[in-house]
Order: sequence, then C-alpha cells, then structure tokens
Amino acid sequence: MNIHEKKEVILDDSRVIIEALAQAGADVYIGYPITPSNAMYLYASQRFPLMLPAPDEISTLQYMSGLAIVGHIPVTATSFPGFALMVESINMAYMMELPMIIILTQRLGPATGTATAGAQGDVALLKGMISGGHPVPVICPSSIEDCWHLSAKAVEIAVKLRTPVVILSSKERATTNRNFDISKLPPIKPLERKYYSKNEPYKPYEYNETLVPDFLPVSNTSHQVRITASTHDQNGIIQHTSEEAMKNTIRLEKKIFKYLNEYTYYEHIQNNSKQLIVSYGVSANAAQEAVKILQKNGRNTDLLIVKTLIPVSEDLYSIIEKYEKVVFAEDNINGQYAKILFGEKLPTHVSFVGSIGKMLSPKNIIEGGKL
Amino acid sequence: MSNNVLNTKELPFCKGCGHHLIAQNTAKAIEELGLNILDVIFVTDIGCHGIIDKSLNTHTVHGLHGRSVALGAGISMGLPPEKKVIVFIGDGGATIGLQHILEAARLNVNLTVVVHNNFLYGMTGGQLSGLTPKGFNTIITPNGSPYGEHDICELVYTAGANYVSRVLGIGDYSETIKNALKTPGFSLIEVMEICPSYGVKFNPKRKLQEIVEAANKPIKTWTNHRDPFVFPERKIVSNLFDKTPVIEHLNKEKILTSQIQVVLSGSAGEGVQLAANILCKAAVKHGYNITQKGTYPVTVGVGFSNAEVNISPDEILFHGLSNPEYVIVTSQDGLDFSKNTIKQMNEHQWILIDKSLPLPETKAQILSYDFRGKGAKNAVISSLFFFAKLSGIIETDTLKAILSEMGMLEKLPLTAIENELVLVTV
Ligand code: SF4
Repeated sequence: MNIHEKKEVILDDSRVIIEALAQAGADVYIGYPITPSNAMYLYASQRFPLMLPAPDEISTLQYMSGLAIVGHIPVTATSFPGFALMVESINMAYMMELPMIIILTQRLGPATGTATAGAQGDVALLKGMISGGHPVPVICPSSIEDCWHLSAKAVEIAVKLRTPVVILSSKERATTNRNFDISKLPPIKPLERKYYSKNEPYKPYEYNETLVPDFLPVSNTSHQVRITASTHDQNGIIQHTSEEAMKNTIRLEKKIFKYLNEYTYYEHIQNNSKQLIVSYGVSANAAQEAVKILQKNGRNTDLLIVKTLIPVSEDLYSIIEKYEKVVFAEDNINGQYAKILFGEKLPTHVSFVGSIGKMLSPKNIIEGGKL
Repeated sequence: MSNNVLNTKELPFCKGCGHHLIAQNTAKAIEELGLNILDVIFVTDIGCHGIIDKSLNTHTVHGLHGRSVALGAGISMGLPPEKKVIVFIGDGGATIGLQHILEAARLNVNLTVVVHNNFLYGMTGGQLSGLTPKGFNTIITPNGSPYGEHDICELVYTAGANYVSRVLGIGDYSETIKNALKTPGFSLIEVMEICPSYGVKFNPKRKLQEIVEAANKPIKTWTNHRDPFVFPERKIVSNLFDKTPVIEHLNKEKILTSQIQVVLSGSAGEGVQLAANILCKAAVKHGYNITQKGTYPVTVGVGFSNAEVNISPDEILFHGLSNPEYVIVTSQDGLDFSKNTIKQMNEHQWILIDKSLPLPETKAQILSYDFRGKGAKNAVISSLFFFAKLSGIIETDTLKAILSEMGMLEKLPLTAIENELVLVTV
C-alpha cells in the first residue's frame, strides 16, 4: 500500500524525464531549441544547476563532451535535424568514453518533415550511427513510471559504462499531458562517482575485466590525462592499427554488451496466447489498448513492450520465438525495429503494422495485424 | 614530475615546418609563467599540428576536425580560471569551426586559441581553406586562389575576444603567447606560417612576409576588456513537480462509465491548449483520468490549433484521436481541420459550434452558440461551460473554481455566458 499522500498532478513525459535525470545526478544541460523537445529545454533551464544555450547542435555535443571531460554529467534534448548534426560528435564522445544523455524526441521526417507530428522513424539511424557499428544504449520509455526509473538508469549506465546513452521519446509521448499521482515516484538517489584513486601512474584507457577504464577528470593535478577520439592505445596515444589499439576499439563494443543484462528492460504481458504484439514507446500504448479490446472480444493476445531497444537483448528472441504469430507495431512505414531484429525480410510468421502522419491506433494494429 | 611542457625535442612535423616553433614558443610561455603543467589542458584539432599530443606532458584532449574550440570551451567552462585551456587549430579547422571560434569569443570563454595558419590543409595534401590568401597557389588552385580570405583576427576581435594577436611564425614570439595566457577571457593568436611540404612547393618564389603583406594582414594586437565567461547565477527550483499544482478530487459521483474523447478545434493564439488544460483539470477534480494531446502546425499564432482530450474512469492507454463523443469548434480554422472527423461522427455524438460558422455535414447532433461573441480569446474557454452543461461530466462550478484560481475568471463575460447557458437543455 502506498503510505504517501496522494499527489495528483497533470504533467508530460518531458517534465518527468528532466526531473529524474536531475535527481539521478546529471548536472548540466546544454540546450538548442527544436520542436518537439522545447519543453525539456525549458524545464531543464528551471531545474539544472548549470545550463547553457548552445549556438547549434554540434556545439551542444562539443560543450557537453568538454564538460564531461571535467567530470560533469551533461544532458541535451533534440529531434532528428539536431541529432543528425550531433552524430559525429556522439562518435567522438563514444570513442573518448564520456558519459552523457541525449534525449531524442522523434517527429515526422524525412529532413525537417513536420516538426509537430509524431513518428518513430529514427530507430534505424540509432542502430547504425557509430562508425564501426558499435551500439549506443537506447532506452525508450512508454509510461510515466518508465520516464522516471529508466531515465535514472540511463544516468547510471552512462557513468558506469562511460558512454553516451540515448533516451528515445516521440512528440506524442513527450508533449502529451496526463494526470498522474507523483507520490508513486520515489526520490532518486544521486549517483556517486568514483574516480581513479591509486598512486600508480594513470593510464587513461587501461582496463581490466570490467572493460571500463577508470575515469579521471582533467581538473586533477596528480596524473596526466589523455582523452582522444582517434584510434588509440591504453595511454591515449594515437595509433594507426596497432594490436593494442584494435583491442581497445573492440572493447568499446564489448563493454556495452557486457552489462546489457543490467539495463535490459521490457514488459511481457502474457494472456496465454499464441500471438504476440511487439512494440515500444507511444505505439506500445496503442498496443496495450489493442490487447484490451481483443480480450473483450475473446481474442487473447500477448504483448512485448521493449524498453531497451539497443543493444537487442537475447531475451527478446527467447520470448518472440515462442509465438506462432508476431506483429510489430511501430509509428513508421518500414518496421524499423522489426528489421533490426530480423533483417530486411521478415520471417513469414512475423509481420509489421505501421502508420505515418497519424498515431498508430489500436484499430490499425488489430486490423493491420489481422489479430 | 618535470615541469617541462614538451617531453621530447623530436616533434612529429616535417623538417622546417613552423609548427615546431609554435609548440616550442607555447611551451616556453607556459614554463616562464611558472604554471603547473597539470593545470594546463591542450585541446588539439585535426591536422598536422594535432599530432603534437604525444609530445606533451600536460593533459591532452584530441577531438574532431574543426570542433576543438567548442570542445575546449566546454572544458574551460567547467574549470576555475587558474586552469589554462589552450586550443591548437589549423586554418582548415578554423574554417570548418569558424562559428565555434566566434561563439567562444562572444562568450569570452577563458581559452587561448593558437591558429596555425599556413594557408592550406597540410595533412590532406595542400588544399585551400577559408584563410588562404587570394592568389596563393594550392593543389586545387595551382594558378592562385581566386577567392578572398577571412581575417580571423578581426573577426574574433569584433566578436569580443579580450586579446587577439597576429604574429609571423618566425623566431621567438613566446611573449605574445604569454600575454594571451595572462589575459582573462578569450584570446587568439594567429601564427602565419608557410608549409614547407606544400606551400613552398606550390609557391616556390614567395616569402612568408611578402604573402602576409600582400594579403593585407597586419602584424598587430587587438584588445577588448570584457568580463570573462562564468555560468550566470540563475534561480532554479529544487523539484520540477513543485511547479505542477496538486489537484484535489471533489468526491463527486462519476457519470462516465467508459472513456470518451472531447476535441477542441480552434485557431492558434486563441487559447485552445490552455482551455483543454482547464477541461483536464476539471475532469481530474471530478475523479477522472485524462490525457491531453495537441495538434498544431509549426507556425505560432496562425492556423489551426486542435486539442484531443480523453476523459476516462479507467486508465487511459491509447491517447490519440479516435472517435470523439464531443467536438467543439470555435473558428473556421478549427472547422477546416476537423471536417473529416466531424463527417464520420454518428447520431449519439455531439458538435458544439460557434454560431458564425456554417453547419458541417455530419450525422452528429449539432448545437450552435455564440462562443466568439465572448471575445476571440475567450471563445474556447466559454465553450467549456456549454460542454459542462450539456455533458454533465464536469460542473460549471468546477470550471469557475479553476478559472478563479488561475486569475482568469474576471476576464470572462460570465453573465453573458450564463444567460446563454440556459438555452442548453439536455
Ligand atoms: S605537411 Fe606542412 S604543415 Fe604538415 S607538418 Fe609538413 S610542413 Fe608542417
């Protein structure tokens, strides 16, 4: 039972995500306006200890990286046009191993598309945005509780794995108001960061079985720190393709997978059915409703809401393989997540239902998925 | 640890390259200022100069092409001013990252930028940059660059840098670098060089000084006296939820047994989303769950504005546009936007429309009132009273209480609304 006094308010995901990140220990927000992420920028300006308006999204990521190098945990929010500009710098932060949070609020593309229409069209981009194919963790909330708990988790894994983490939202979740009892959101304990504290000389990219090098900010005066985005050895010295450097580049991918179990989130709703809907983000809400409607009509359907989209957890395959019929429900026209899981040609028992310009509805899922 | 900035005499540049001198002069300046070398952070760009990292005993950061000034700015912003952040960048990096340099100068970030201007991209084979003087030969323009060049010093000085100096990359110019390092805020030194491998090869007869003079680039120093960057003091809240008022339930009986949708269709700038928010608050006070989704064009203050509000005694899962029970239309923009939705409505559903508008084609029951007569800005909020009376889902008193809390009740022609409200019979 909830011992707290009920506190019912009207809010949107943007507010919950920003508050959760701040409580979790993210301490600086770099902003550049872009619809539909403007509310996050506004909230962050009211809440974050440090805030700075950047002149563009490349600067945003560079300022964030610089601040991460001195020990901050930076956050920004954007949508595709801004994100596209950030991609090279996200690669830089990934190579340098800098923790940071990038919130990507999806809207209708291609290009500028329609800034005020929702979509889930950036998943394929997220999958392949690192040169080399290394995965960047992508967390996708589909409820207020998710926004709270998973945003805090995003900060934790960004720091623990020393990596940028993407929180994936979309216009229809980020900007939709709903009533919610906020006493259900327990306070988040701020992250305590541990820096390298030994007396031996510090090698900035030396690692052990944890696969994550100890961090030291450049503000320290005990050890020389070398940070680089170029191929490098454990000392952070530029290399061509030396064995040590290649091992380091491979490690960057391995470390993301090594801890995947710790940040794999999904919800598997089981109604004893042989058919399964797979969805995420705002479309997962339509899928939840579809399951309810089908149930009323005596057609039980199971549902898998994926919340850690990337990397893909083995768990997803273990669940999906139990079903005779699988329908992916996404707010795009190509089944981007279905293709990430199964490739360009979906297996015969797997299908996809999507939409463009309109939120994918329960009716679309039931009819399009022939459920 | 030794306090030498350089850990070797063998720097990784071609013989005769001016980059040697830049590294040596910068090292000398740091050492003569008596700085602790671990209070110094070198940020290097991409280009020949960027290979210097491994020869330095300071902290080193090596990022992307052209972005080093923004990266260095980020580092500097997070550090106290006694730390020295020095950015090494080429004329190519300064071209691609020109905006970063101007921004760092505008913000007056504590940063010293050393532009290695040898008029071309050395690492990639001698192509021209935005700082290549007109007439200078490059591999791409063997008969001389036909384009003019930026004056990077004038640009950053105008942008507000506190110390700017152009030097010829010959001999000892460590004093200039010292001055830059001593100046709080943004400083930039443009070192004019000629790349022996490509610059000399393509321009065999030319001398550095002559090139600089021909380009009309005076060797001089510019200064401003502006306050250096600090994160400004701001008022912040300790919890964003403090800004969301807690809504108390009225403990009224709920007449709804399942989810309904109310659509407000009007014009941007006429308070559609605000009215939807008030409707939501009222519904929550009456014990319902709500969602409020806005649909509007990218323009602000022109065109349609649509709000889709779901009200339900149960948890709301899908919140998109479904088959609304009520559509409230307060302007022609709203009518145009909702025309298709309205066409599909059935006889159990309701349309509340401003009386100035043509009656749309639909099976739904239409009621028309003078919403706009209450003033364009009041039209949507006024319509909520009619919705309340008609539907019984919320009470008009609840609306009044919310509007009063928001300080909006006085602005509303309440008597006119109430006089017309008696016409609503259910
Ligand atoms: S190519 Fe030119 S700029 Fe590069 S190191 Fe050689 S001489 Fe210097």
